[in-house]
Amino acid sequence: MAALLEVENLRTHFATRNGVVRAVDGLSFHVDAGETVAIVGESGCGKSVTSLSILRLVDQPPARIAGQIRFGGRNLAALGEAEMRDLRGNEIGMIFQEPMTSLNPLLTIGRQIAEPVMLHQGLDRVAARARALEMLTLVGIPAPERRLDDYPHQLSGGMRQRAMIAMALACNPKILVADEPTTALDVTIQAQIIDLMRDLQRRTGSAIILITHDLGVVAEMAARVVVMYAGRKVEEADVATIFTDPRHPYTRGLLGAVPRPGSRGTNTRLAEIPGSVPSLIKPLVGCAFAGRCPKAGDICRRAAPAWREVGPGHGAACHFAAGAA
Amino acid sequence: MSTTLLDVRDLVKHYPVGGGLFGRRAETVHAVDGVSFGVDAGETLAIVGESGCGKSTVGKVVLGLAPPTAGRVSFGGTDYADIGAADMKRVRRRLQVVFQDPFSSMNPRMKVRDIVAEPLENFGVIDGRSAITDRVRDLLVRVGLPADALNRFPHEFSGGQRQRICIARALAPGADLIVCDEAVSALDVSVKAQIVNLLLDLQAEYGLALLFISHDIAVVEHMAHRVAVMYLGKIMEIGDRDVLFAQPAHPYTRALLSAVPVPDPAVRRGRAALAGDLPSPIDPPRGCRFHTRCPLAFDRCRVDEPALRAVGSGRLAACHLDQPADA
Repeated sequence: MAALLEVENLRTHFATRNGVVRAVDGLSFHVDAGETVAIVGESGCGKSVTSLSILRLVDQPPARIAGQIRFGGRNLAALGEAEMRDLRGNEIGMIFQEPMTSLNPLLTIGRQIAEPVMLHQGLDRVAARARALEMLTLVGIPAPERRLDDYPHQLSGGMRQRAMIAMALACNPKILVADEPTTALDVTIQAQIIDLMRDLQRRTGSAIILITHDLGVVAEMAARVVVMYAGRKVEEADVATIFTDPRHPYTRGLLGAVPRPGSRGTNTRLAEIPGSVPSLIKPLVGCAFAGRCPKAGDICRRAAPAWREVGPGHGAACHFAAGAA
Repeated sequence: MSTTLLDVRDLVKHYPVGGGLFGRRAETVHAVDGVSFGVDAGETLAIVGESGCGKSTVGKVVLGLAPPTAGRVSFGGTDYADIGAADMKRVRRRLQVVFQDPFSSMNPRMKVRDIVAEPLENFGVIDGRSAITDRVRDLLVRVGLPADALNRFPHEFSGGQRQRICIARALAPGADLIVCDEAVSALDVSVKAQIVNLLLDLQAEYGLALLFISHDIAVVEHMAHRVAVMYLGKIMEIGDRDVLFAQPAHPYTRALLSAVPVPDPAVRRGRAALAGDLPSPIDPPRGCRFHTRCPLAFDRCRVDEPALRAVGSGRLAACHLDQPADA
């Protein structure tokens, strides 16, 4: 089966006063129809820039996007802005972290959900409003007919995120880009939104690219996981394999650094990853993780590791990936 | 026998909002509404809860940064209400704070040396410029920073390193208790682990008590000795960590714990999903504050507010149900 979305050798570089920041540096991955792929990593690893590059929401210049982003037979990286507009909010939906800043405070919720439907699907005002009502009902907003005429500030954080999801799904997108969709929410509300997104995915069959730093959210939602570090993919596998048989020392470090519910003990220390993320301005020689890696040898500081398949659908960019079981 | 270092009794903190200008009726935010707890020397008490539950306000009042509306706070046996500014300063020396955002809790124009030296000078802990510098250098090394950090500015450090500077500043005057208000929440996973480990090491070394205010349940489960769960200005449940996490007694505790996503795809746990949103603290629900979202609420919960009472294994829970945990 051909992939729904295929990213190949994506490079998003930003020209800054201090030099070129290689935010995303040669990333490849794909998303199948109806699948949830999580892109995980810490601040500055390039996961958000990846999502913005797919949506072409980074300003060029200062950014430069190179590589291929194939979706429905087209290369999004080379598409004109008008064609991109036709896709955004239509075939490609998006949800961002902070619903308060992604919603227009001056327009009612109903109007904001109806707008893309009128624009992309040519529905008239009345039909679009009916669609908006249907979407608000679908995402579980109580008294949806009243909420249609509410402004964003009249909704709670959780309700706003539901409204964002309603807007993102209104045009039945084939793929939904969700950048930290639950990070700003309280845990009980986060649980509601995760359940909602899983349920809606089953019903609408849309694929999801889930950008997150939260391994708990990954475990609950994703089918496949791409781990990023310093703008590059360091490991990829299905979700069970990532958690049970991680091969890259960075993936192992991340998993060890998270306190597990149920594993109580004030005396146990969390596994640390020493040091911090390297600068993305200086060209990276060798493996980007070498400076923090417990296993790093001479070769790691000299040569960037090639991508190695270590199992079906499981690969890692580590010189020692194969042996490190 | 451990000694109670911090004692908070029936603490109430209300904030007036609105009103005034257009003759609208002034309203009151019931940020904290009758909260009692103690923290022993060398122990970690975590206060967990979601936004707006009042956990940070408790921290502010404990630090003396906001006067309580009612109730008493005492530290080392000294009641805040009985003392003047000079005595309060003595209390504040032993009571320090680390905030969430290491980017906004340090003066960007001060060198690290001066940031950490400030409490030493303020409280007159050490005299003499070079003696102070020596002490600052020791503290920086102790929290895992290079000694040459002394002459650099905060912006030269990463988030985790800045949080280390804040911890050094809190340790400087010889704190007995550090209020950590979401002290690790803004940090990346790998750095968060570094800071959590550092706090545990320092606690063991100096016998520090921590009032650990956080919404990060996993970190709390890892670090705390005892846990207080707050909801809309009230403590819903308080008790030993092991018991509270193994057998949460209050329906809210259960919902809160089960809402935390588990970083293990093999675990598919049944979730005690909570419907609805947090009610407004301006007009909190009558009766039990949790009744609007509680799956087990019955008539009495809507009118009669439950008091905290013992529910076994040293726990206190504010719920009308007889044995809420096993119901």
